[in-house]
Amino acid sequence: MEWTRILINVAGEVFAPATAAYALAAIGLNIHFGMTGLINMGQAGFMLMGAYGFAIATMNGWPVWAAVAAGMAAAAVFAVILGIPTLSLRGDYLAIVTIAAAEIARYTVRSSSLTSITGGNAGIAGNDFKGSFQQLCPLPEGSWSLGPFQYSNCLSNSWWLRIVGWGLVAIGIVLVWRWMKSPWGRVLKGIREDEDAVRSLGKNVYGYKMQALVLGGLFGALGGMIYVLPSAVQADALGRTLTFNVWTILLLGGAATVFGPVLGSILMWTVLMFIKSTLRDMPGGVFSSTQAEAFSWVLVGVTLMLLVIFRPQGILGDRKEVMLDGR
Amino acid sequence: MAAEDLATPRDRIAKDLEAVPRRPGSAKPDAIIVADHVTRRFGGMTAVDVHHLEIQRGAITALIGPNGAGKTTLFNLLTGFDRPNSGEWSFDGRPLSQLSAAKVARAGMVRTFQLTKALSRMTVMENMRLGATDQGGERLVPSLFPPLWRHREKEITEQAEELLARFKLDTKRDDFAGSLSGGQRKLLEMARALMTKPSTVMLDEPMAGVNPALTQSLLGHIQDLRDEGMTVLFVEHDMHMVRHISDWVVVMAEGRVVAEGPPTTIMQDEAVVDAYLGAHHDTDLGDDSLLGDDVLDELEAEAEAQEHRTQEDA
Repeated sequence: MEWTRILINVAGEVFAPATAAYALAAIGLNIHFGMTGLINMGQAGFMLMGAYGFAIATMNGWPVWAAVAAGMAAAAVFAVILGIPTLSLRGDYLAIVTIAAAEIARYTVRSSSLTSITGGNAGIAGNDFKGSFQQLCPLPEGSWSLGPFQYSNCLSNSWWLRIVGWGLVAIGIVLVWRWMKSPWGRVLKGIREDEDAVRSLGKNVYGYKMQALVLGGLFGALGGMIYVLPSAVQADALGRTLTFNVWTILLLGGAATVFGPVLGSILMWTVLMFIKSTLRDMPGGVFSSTQAEAFSWVLVGVTLMLLVIFRPQGILGDRKEVMLDGR
Repeated sequence: MAAEDLATPRDRIAKDLEAVPRRPGSAKPDAIIVADHVTRRFGGMTAVDVHHLEIQRGAITALIGPNGAGKTTLFNLLTGFDRPNSGEWSFDGRPLSQLSAAKVARAGMVRTFQLTKALSRMTVMENMRLGATDQGGERLVPSLFPPLWRHREKEITEQAEELLARFKLDTKRDDFAGSLSGGQRKLLEMARALMTKPSTVMLDEPMAGVNPALTQSLLGHIQDLRDEGMTVLFVEHDMHMVRHISDWVVVMAEGRVVAEGPPTTIMQDEAVVDAYLGAHHDTDLGDDSLLGDDVLDELEAEAEAQEHRTQEDA
């Protein structure tokens, strides 16, 4: 086995754009679930809105800032449409509606009748929408290596995308940290505990839940954009699996914590890469690479189960806070 | 707490209410809540059907009645937690019947719950702060800039500390609310409600699940609210408490208001006897000697006799 190569692969995952994308989506989900108690099972739908909004707007010649705004606006509209009928109902309804809505969104963008706009089943090729983002790149052309890591400066899976992705994650962390410590975050926490109590104190619970849903959705949309920028936009890559991965990340790192989503994302992708590479390289060819891939996902599922049973607060959470049930 | 201190406001209110006729829906000299034709049906069952009800400002009004009389439903309607099939009511001269629960609370009418809603995974202090009003930092964008709300937060914390000291919860300040006992949660819920600086406090069974040691202090707190000029409306089963602290009693049965009067005489009212208290209204319901065998035998005999009569009537 080539341990050096494996470890380099693993370390590369720590700051990969996809890791940043998942962290952003998990930051959004943390605003929904960790801070407000909204069970959003359709975070992939918000990511899809961001990714398609950005890509389609860019293809129509919009500048980058306008395309980003378009993606975020699409996610905000999606959140409002989901929220209006469900936020006045109790908890679980939102879970059902969001998972259904995310699937509806996915089936809609991949339908052949929309091929001229969304690319249908095939999606949107990277080169059709990456151009304007890559032109913004302030780095010189070519590629650059940092130790064993060599990436293009500006193209596709680039240093530029890493800088932007992790920059957004940093901004997200700072914002969530401020919000959690603020009176606004306190009201959300109260809603998470018992929304009737908060209502009885004169707070507009519906309005707060809507704000949280939209805000978390916006982070999801940004995550979606970073998620597709290294490669291409493809509807089926933005489906249920993505949502479940984001949930695993959030629960792994710790819901209702500031750094939980980031730590969760980094851990999940490094461990996954480690298992995958190790299995693939096992002497005697016990696992083919497809089998290694599948088996590592089985382990993710088992991890999620063990986590929820034995450490529901995640790595960073406060066990005392989680174990007090809301009597 | 000296008896004279309590006597003054209570006597004054008793005098104000002296001339009020002892019948359902009677007009009060200074009503803060006026409700008309309030009905709420669940399927075929009419849970609340109140023709007219007035609640005196600054008094402690008890809402009593047998289980299923519609007391809590009426509470939910008045506080915006439920919508009526018909009817309207005003609070302090302002129509309130279409408002959401949050707006009712902001109008100055704040409630507590039968099943206490302490926010378990928040500390006692956070619970208290949540009750405060006019905190600009509760808005999404200003919340990111502490200088905009830090000053108000300090005022809120001081207000909360005062209330916690008054309710003897100051030592629990940084504990999770979920770690408090049932009685302490009731106190916390009441203190939290007072953070909104209400003019009317609606207490849904404030004594349910509270141990006897805390009962006395809770009663004292409720009387203090009145002495500070607040209006208190509460639902209660405990007759001792009703007699002990209320200035006026409203009796509900099967969704309707069947009697009203001062606590000293309400138990003699014919309608109350029929609807609620049975033949033993003049005995002390809290008296343990009632549980003796001879009394039980007597009660059984009476019940049998009554059943017999009913059958004959039919």
